[in-house]
Amino acid sequence: MTDGPTDRPALDEALAALTARAGDAVLGTAFAKGELTVRLRPDAVIAAVAFLKAERGFTALNDMIGLDNGPAPAEGRKRFTVLYQLYNREARLRIRLAADVAEGEPLASIVGVHKAADWAEREIFDMFGVVFEGHPDLRRVYLDPEFEGHPLRKDFPLRGKA
Amino acid sequence: MSFKDLELNMGPQHPSTHGVLRLKVKVDNEVIHSIEPVVGYLHRGMEKLWESLTYPQIMPLTDRLDYIAAVANNFGYALAVEKLAGIEVPKRAQYIRVILAELMRISSHLAWIGFQANDIGAVSVLLYGFEDREDFLDIFEAYAGGRLTINAMRIGGVPFDLDAALIARIRAALAGLPHRIREIETLLNENRIWKHRTQGVGFLSAAEAVDYGLTGPCLRAAGIPWDMRKDIPYSSYEDFEFDVPTTDRSDVYGRYLVRMQEIRQSARIVTQALDRLPEGEHIAKVPRVLKIPAGEVFHTTEAPKGELGFYIKSNGTDKPERMKMKSPSFINLQSLPLMCRGGIFSDIVGILGSLDIVLGEIDK
Repeated sequence: MTDGPTDRPALDEALAALTARAGDAVLGTAFAKGELTVRLRPDAVIAAVAFLKAERGFTALNDMIGLDNGPAPAEGRKRFTVLYQLYNREARLRIRLAADVAEGEPLASIVGVHKAADWAEREIFDMFGVVFEGHPDLRRVYLDPEFEGHPLRKDFPLRGKA
Repeated sequence: MSFKDLELNMGPQHPSTHGVLRLKVKVDNEVIHSIEPVVGYLHRGMEKLWESLTYPQIMPLTDRLDYIAAVANNFGYALAVEKLAGIEVPKRAQYIRVILAELMRISSHLAWIGFQANDIGAVSVLLYGFEDREDFLDIFEAYAGGRLTINAMRIGGVPFDLDAALIARIRAALAGLPHRIREIETLLNENRIWKHRTQGVGFLSAAEAVDYGLTGPCLRAAGIPWDMRKDIPYSSYEDFEFDVPTTDRSDVYGRYLVRMQEIRQSARIVTQALDRLPEGEHIAKVPRVLKIPAGEVFHTTEAPKGELGFYIKSNGTDKPERMKMKSPSFINLQSLPLMCRGGIFSDIVGILGSLDIVLGEIDK
């Protein structure tokens, strides 16, 4: 264990650098089960991802994950959360960035930074209806273009139609 | 007659797309102009379904993702749930899991070489690959009763212990393996047609491979030795000696070389695990109704197709609030258009095969 917020000195350093860079765009950090989550203001995500890639060695985007916090999200939270799993292979470090967006609120696409985000963003658009601004080709990836609704939203029924 | 800017559909029902995949291809006579994969024909809404099931109920569904290597999915899912719930897995169970997962990798790569050679036109290799794979499917059948969708793991361990008879059977299968791989290599390594169809075809630079999120044997064939079993070891992989094969070729031939070497390395791991199999329980004591306190984890494993990840968010109940699979085939397929640039139409089948995608995993 270290004195820092995480259990790895290198991860503490990366977090400190990110916090110094992003300033008040960092809304909070959490460390649990060996995993670090940094919550950012949505407009600061692309700069943070680019900074971590260029200067802190987080060259790989493992995955992007969409979450629906329900039609009536908790106090201070918004409807959707988008998570970015970044990986620094040299130092074996993972960081999870989180951005909350309301329904209809756009989020900047990170395809310009990580090409791997292309289909990942299309999938979140398909399943949740989160719009990624600046994505070169934002279409549904799995479902038919004619399909109505976004199946992974909590108010979309398991059986039957929306 | 000219075929400039001709648009062709390959699939969704095409014998070499390994599932239901459609490729929209634009060709300039025989040269590929652009190519766009269209997925979703098999989409079953697994992630939605998982939210309505308890943690143990999800296990058999993970078999249906990458059905050529079902154990790899069981493994990845079990590890993620155990990390989230803080369950300690007995050492013997960890070793048995490694044995099953590596046997599955061998079986998956043998199926791959059969399919791949068949797609390219070397039909006899299909018979060799599938005959060799049969031995391993028999082992799974003897272990858990299934051949493809085996449901070979439980949260906290494995459902059955390995007995002496099965261990002897695994050893016998491994003993015959080097000869069988050599047979396939004799057919292919210096085969003029095979080399012509695979060497220099489907090139992707190392930097592009990382940028596009490529993982698994395809990334290692681009000279990048990333392997989760070495990088962030799980389930006691740090106990075993093995190499991570790489090549700088980064073409279809290179991906073939890497996979053949990986079969050998997997056999090495299984042999070590059998030799040093610890005594003890094969499953931890896990409550019948498993309720996991609120939290989230992201855990990845090295599956035969690439880096397989599970993100699970729990809310204190016996069902996940959200569970997302990071499918290596889905991410890897994104780089197909890049690998095909400047190629000719007949290369598509070979390049697509070299990615080793499974549509069950893409269309989760």
